[in-house]
Amino acid sequence: MTLYAALGAVEQGFVYGIMVIGVYLTFRILDFPDLTVDGSLPLGAAISAVAITSGVNPYLSLVFALAGGFAAGMVTAFLNTKFKILHLLASILTMIALYSINIRIMSGPNVALLGVNTVFDSVTNLGVPAHYAGLIIFGAFALLVLSFIIWFLGTELGQAILATGDNPQMIRSLGVNTNTIIILGVGLSNGLVALSGALVAQNQGAADVGMGIGTIVAGLASVIIGETVFGCKTMPRAFIAALLGSIVYRLAIALALGLEFGNFRFNPSDLNLITALLVIGALITPNLKKRLIQR
Amino acid sequence: MNEVFALNDINLQIDEGDFITVIGSNGAGKSTLLNAIAGGFFPDSGRITIADQDVTGWPEHKRAKLISRVFQDPLLGTCPSATLEQNMALARLRGKKRGLGRGVKNRDREHFREELKQLGLGLENRLLDKVGLLSGGQRQALTMLMATMIKPEVLLLDEHIAALDPKTASQILKLTQEIVKGQKLTTLMITHNMKHAISFGNRLIMLHQGRILIDVHGKEKENLTVKDLLEQFYNAQGEELAMDSLLLT
Repeated sequence: MTLYAALGAVEQGFVYGIMVIGVYLTFRILDFPDLTVDGSLPLGAAISAVAITSGVNPYLSLVFALAGGFAAGMVTAFLNTKFKILHLLASILTMIALYSINIRIMSGPNVALLGVNTVFDSVTNLGVPAHYAGLIIFGAFALLVLSFIIWFLGTELGQAILATGDNPQMIRSLGVNTNTIIILGVGLSNGLVALSGALVAQNQGAADVGMGIGTIVAGLASVIIGETVFGCKTMPRAFIAALLGSIVYRLAIALALGLEFGNFRFNPSDLNLITALLVIGALITPNLKKRLIQR
Repeated sequence: MNEVFALNDINLQIDEGDFITVIGSNGAGKSTLLNAIAGGFFPDSGRITIADQDVTGWPEHKRAKLISRVFQDPLLGTCPSATLEQNMALARLRGKKRGLGRGVKNRDREHFREELKQLGLGLENRLLDKVGLLSGGQRQALTMLMATMIKPEVLLLDEHIAALDPKTASQILKLTQEIVKGQKLTTLMITHNMKHAISFGNRLIMLHQGRILIDVHGKEKENLTVKDLLEQFYNAQGEELAMDSLLLT
């Protein structure tokens, strides 16, 4: 793997790491499997791209993207809490609906971001070469989001969110409206995912309706790799592990894509298989360790 | 008529400071009664009033500012992934709005240690341990503490020692007595143990098939024996009482 490829993978690890933090919040903390992310990632991208091409400041477009993702998450959570639709199903419904909504927002299947101001300009204007700009911007955003989520979950409200996922009956008998908490948590999660999507769009120069496919898979793979490799004893450590897991995941993918066995090379379309094998590997490793010790 | 009512024509007036023990056979409606008060479900008809407030339509989390509960399952009252101090901090805010201040505040830690010292279980040195590491008895003791950190209008104890071993059970019962007496709490305690039902509290209620069969307090309760209770029940119902759980104490 070249340095260029490795830097690219770390860059991807950071920007998608924001999405992984969102997935960790729903999947692990709220115990709410949430497929909305496959729709809210491109939603963030679409909102940001359309805003920017309409002349909105690229940083402000990120705020809009975040708000859009938050709304999408709220819809899923609303369907689940008020109408008692199974969380998995509710998230799939929102995800499917977002496909059409995203096309509407973009007035088509994609929007190009060529020759417009993006958040990268603020870094490249300082004289930073383009291939480092992504690392700096994404790294900064990822660390910002990481700090925010660790701070937020340590607040009174944040602790209530943690408790809702851990023991909803208990926190309800302590006066917390768990429905409101779930709406807030799933909303926040998808807001972060949408932010991630907006940044990805500004990086790759386009927003595309299909760019979200496989987001939940990548998210879960990153979460599981992070937990297995870095541990999750405390909440801050768990989130740091999630971000690092995202980076390791993207590095592993880059590594796999660079492998050559004679004439055989991996295609990008093989990514799903590679991801599945990676996750299986990460899940089996603790099991194998146990079996070896038992002998 | 094959309908079975979980609660049927319950008319219960609880005075401030009452410590009521609730007994009855399985399916008598004891847990249902507590659940109705706590807001686990809404009754088909009737009203529930706590401290002059009509809470009949209030959801469970809204009633939480007036009510504290300790469940039969010792694992249900605490969050296993959170630390002792985090759990206590959660209970400190029972019924209050939760904002963006720190969840566990430095000034509260000393207070938590003082409270935990009372239990005599050494938990005051384990503030940073996850609650999931504690035994059932320790968790139930912690739940009792958490339930009474902020004085509730009503304390609901749903067979809270039934799932504990005899030694731990008596420790928790003693703790219950101390807390209820010390804070003069209005308490409803469900128990399967007739001896406990008679010796604790100032009032005893026996439920049967959703109705209140016996309601004694004061001197009448003090002079009760297990034999008396069984006789009273027999007279009231005119049927053979086959409650093994009540007889085997």
